[in-house]
Amino acid sequence: MSRNRAIAATLVSLTRALGRALISERVARQRGLLQALDPRVRVIGLFALVLAVILSDRISVIVALFCAAVVVALLSKVSLASLAARVWLPVLFFTGVIALPALVLTPGEPILAPTGGSFPVTAQGMSAALLLIARVETAVTLTTLLILCTPWMQVLQALRAFHVPQDVVVMLAMTHRYIFLLAETAGQMFESRQSRTVGVFDGATRRRMTARTAGVLLSKSVELSNEVFLSMQSRGFRGDVRVLSAFRMRSRDYIGLVAFLVAGGVAVWIGRS
Amino acid sequence: MHIPDGYLSPSTCAALYAGAALGWYGGLQRIKRTLATRMIPLISVFAAFSFVLMMFNLPLPGGTTGHALGVTIASIVLGPAGSILAISIAIAIQALFFGDGGITTLGANCFNMAIVGSLVAYATYRIVAAGAEITSRRRLLAAGLAGYVATNAAAFLAAVEFGIQPMLFRDASGVPQYAPYALGVAIPAMMIGHLAIAGVAEGIIAAGLVAYLQAADPALLQSTSGLAPGATAACQPSMRHPQRRWWIAIALLAWGEWSASSFSSAEGRARIAAASQNRPAPPVAPTGLQRLSSLWTSPVPAYAPPVLKSTSFGYFLSGMFGVGLVIMLSLALQAYLQHRRGAGQPG
Repeated sequence: MSRNRAIAATLVSLTRALGRALISERVARQRGLLQALDPRVRVIGLFALVLAVILSDRISVIVALFCAAVVVALLSKVSLASLAARVWLPVLFFTGVIALPALVLTPGEPILAPTGGSFPVTAQGMSAALLLIARVETAVTLTTLLILCTPWMQVLQALRAFHVPQDVVVMLAMTHRYIFLLAETAGQMFESRQSRTVGVFDGATRRRMTARTAGVLLSKSVELSNEVFLSMQSRGFRGDVRVLSAFRMRSRDYIGLVAFLVAGGVAVWIGRS
Repeated sequence: MHIPDGYLSPSTCAALYAGAALGWYGGLQRIKRTLATRMIPLISVFAAFSFVLMMFNLPLPGGTTGHALGVTIASIVLGPAGSILAISIAIAIQALFFGDGGITTLGANCFNMAIVGSLVAYATYRIVAAGAEITSRRRLLAAGLAGYVATNAAAFLAAVEFGIQPMLFRDASGVPQYAPYALGVAIPAMMIGHLAIAGVAEGIIAAGLVAYLQAADPALLQSTSGLAPGATAACQPSMRHPQRRWWIAIALLAWGEWSASSFSSAEGRARIAAASQNRPAPPVAPTGLQRLSSLWTSPVPAYAPPVLKSTSFGYFLSGMFGVGLVIMLSLALQAYLQHRRGAGQPG
């Protein structure tokens, strides 16, 4: 079993992706602060805050934006435990691993010498590592809030409202649907393979198996695209796409938009070094 | 290889969004000129396939596992324009729906993996597989090499983007504002994993998928094969000696780049001798080189526009300009060839 762990790991990846999508759909249906706003305001507002995070050079300002994101998450009924599991801990781990060597590799004023002076931790290195971690944590939290609180179809409608080409929006919508179909198909293929597997295979055999599974999935994908094309044609598709957009800005949407933009602008203003 | 928000400065993100927009525009225009209605579901399904393929854990020699991007097989089946759109769509969904990658770095991720990855994969595959029959084993080698080279080209670009951050964006006390490692650290740190694992995974999956398609559905390999439908390699005179191309390419790459002034400096003469099996350089530059060297003066000598004080920023701008120019020339050449092909066909 241990030597066939690649199959199990693939199944876990596929299941996790499907699980994440289900959680997003569930959170997006709840009644909360972000969910009550027009999707265009959510997209513009949270994108403005992400921009403010990467434009600000002061850790204190970025931490303030992080706190604001936590408050918005609570008011939007997003569980902090799920945010911690999905964003904060993985980002802290991965960005922390990347940022750690910066403590000693960044030239500057030594503040600590844990290895007896050969590789001193510098003040500049400490600031660089903290700034990177704070910035990535805050930006990814804000992006995740947008994803969790906005159903995919509303994201697409907002993109269309921002004049993203129709063909692109249609491809995004179709791809989103096919991802779940293909992920489920791939999961079933790996599951059936695992259920028929007795003993262990060598590396070359497992590589061939994976490549063959990918090949069969590719054939099924192409077959699916042919069927979809025929069904689109049978319904009269000639290349013109119309996306329904029933968005209407209300007073609370304008207030929300102004609040996001003001918060972002103030953060950039104060956060300049 | 997905760059999250916060690692790149806003100006780097904006520049790479602009570079990616060029690729997206070119890809969309090309698809619109061909069979738009047919391509929309095909590109969508390929984007979904690429997304799912990224979740496949491939066992690699040495006991580790890696995952492929799917950019090579997309380039081989759809061509570079379709691949650019399919992989960009997959990356956009990862960022906008699953939160993998970033929103501000979406342009950078698409530029590295979808645009440069697709173009490099396609070019490598076409060069190595030139003239080979659809079922030839050389196509497996071409696909594997294309996957390896494309993944490492994309990783190298990402490493350069990381590495220029501390050179360009520091505060007054010297604290790096974004990714903290210079090129000397960023490039090896990024490339070791991609040269050893990610590139190998993409190469193995690409070669495996081409082997599968050769047996199960060779028609899917036809459109980018360079062969007329039903043709064999022997029918194409220019492809009879593919080894010659390799020798010419190696010869062009192996020797250095000298200017007329290199012959008069001791350092230049030493470099010429070192690259010419220790044969001493002639005392003066060859007359042809002297005459032709004044024919064209580069607008951006030594990759450093004279108006810029920062050499590193000059390198970055030159790189962006160069890649943009290559993409535009490729698109122009494609459009010209397509136009000629269309004019040559009986109405």
